[in-house]
Amino acid sequence: MKQFFAALLFFVALLACWEWAARNAASSILIPPPTKVWEYLIGAVKDHTLWEATMVTMKRLMVGYFIGLVIGIPLGMCVARFRFFENTVGVLSLGLQTLPSICWVPLAIKWFGLTEQSMLFIVIMGTVWAVILATSHGIKQIPPLYREAAATMGSKGFHLWLRVLAPASLPHIVSGTKQGWAFAWRSLMAAEMCVAILTGYGLGHLLDSGRNLAAMDQVVGVMLIIIFIGFAADKILFSPWERFLRRRWGLT
Amino acid sequence: MSLDSALATPPPAKIRLAGVNKTFTTERGMVHALQDINLEVSDGEFVCFVGPSGCGKSTLLRIVAALERKFTGIAEVNGEMIIEPNRDRTVMFQEHALFPWLDVLGNVMFGLKLKPGLSKSERLGVAHYYLKLVGLEGFERANIHELSGGMKQRVALARSLAPNPRVLLMDEPFAALDAMTREQLYGDLQRIHAARKKTILFVTHNVREAVCLGDRVMIFSPRPGRIRGEFTIDLPRPRDFNDVALAQHASAITTKLKAILAESPETVPTAA
Repeated sequence: MKQFFAALLFFVALLACWEWAARNAASSILIPPPTKVWEYLIGAVKDHTLWEATMVTMKRLMVGYFIGLVIGIPLGMCVARFRFFENTVGVLSLGLQTLPSICWVPLAIKWFGLTEQSMLFIVIMGTVWAVILATSHGIKQIPPLYREAAATMGSKGFHLWLRVLAPASLPHIVSGTKQGWAFAWRSLMAAEMCVAILTGYGLGHLLDSGRNLAAMDQVVGVMLIIIFIGFAADKILFSPWERFLRRRWGLT
Repeated sequence: MSLDSALATPPPAKIRLAGVNKTFTTERGMVHALQDINLEVSDGEFVCFVGPSGCGKSTLLRIVAALERKFTGIAEVNGEMIIEPNRDRTVMFQEHALFPWLDVLGNVMFGLKLKPGLSKSERLGVAHYYLKLVGLEGFERANIHELSGGMKQRVALARSLAPNPRVLLMDEPFAALDAMTREQLYGDLQRIHAARKKTILFVTHNVREAVCLGDRVMIFSPRPGRIRGEFTIDLPRPRDFNDVALAQHASAITTKLKAILAESPETVPTAA
């Protein structure tokens, strides 16, 4: 409880500093006051622009991320299992993981035009390499003893993969998919700010249009929404798994 | 199948090893791990393998488990060639090898779920029976990381007994435990062996442990691993680890073991 109030105090102080800085700034364009940001958010909620932009962005993110997982996890298993995949897909993943996926924007536009597919492509490129690497690493880390113990109890083939290797690599897969999520989220925001796509007006576009209008209350308001979504995703998508790992495995 | 028939002990198995040889290729070159191993174990017998580290006794156990499949010679269980791992021959390892993503009950159920012909309630009944047998009643929902070392090995024992194997292979299962816990487990294992009638192969480098548990103790020499001596232990059961007669047997075996070690200086690898 004491901890909670200390944290609360910190954030109230932060808000107060912001308000104070805004009042003393040369222009509200440099630092929009929190009250203006709040007004913008209320307005944007009322005229549905915020909701619509959020939906467009979330759809891209969820679909792209899901495709990234569906491609990445099996490929990661292959990389762990087959030398050929390790030497090809594994090396490719290591290389492409270092490439910020916003670098794909020019090619994506040439290939897919100003379409949803471009956006999805960029999200997938952000996700898939991290997921492949985390999955293969997770499987390679499994102590051979688990495999042997399972074998002596009659587990082999598909059962061995599903009931032993997959759960045994769970800690790595959770941290890998979480990292993949972070990459996907960052890539999408960058891509949305970079290119305007007519089929959908996402949060990144909303932020960028705030820049063009010099409406910094809009910019900061959208930034807050982006932070909030990232925070919520962490709590909803990953915290349950991490709690499970902590409780069952005793991992911290 | 009823719970009673699921729990009914299948006849324990005979094991026959004849002319078993095993070599490993390492970076330093070839290592002759086992040389011409001949051993017959009768059904329900408790045989201990004793020897210094690197004498291949664990490797021999792994051959019987079919975890080690590249060797020459004959390895048979009940007249059938050992080809692949089978729940008729379960293994208990030195490190508990329990699955951290399952709770205690889930671990004991793992092998049972793979056993055909059992209903869910029969599986649960079997699992509870063995958890009770190893003294862990009430710990079904505990997580593995919450257990002490001794409790983990008890779960591992229950897990390897649950599929009702005909052979139980134990690879230094108590080596990492403290002395008090170990002595308790000697009592438990003898009780279980009497109740469940399994053929047991038990690897250890603790001579006294071998004498306390085994009907027979085989002595291994290192590099190449060979069986160099055999002692039949005819002390009455249950045996007490601190019994004087037991200590006398142990000291006789230790003397023999020391003599073998003294004549094989190659135990200390020469810088080559």
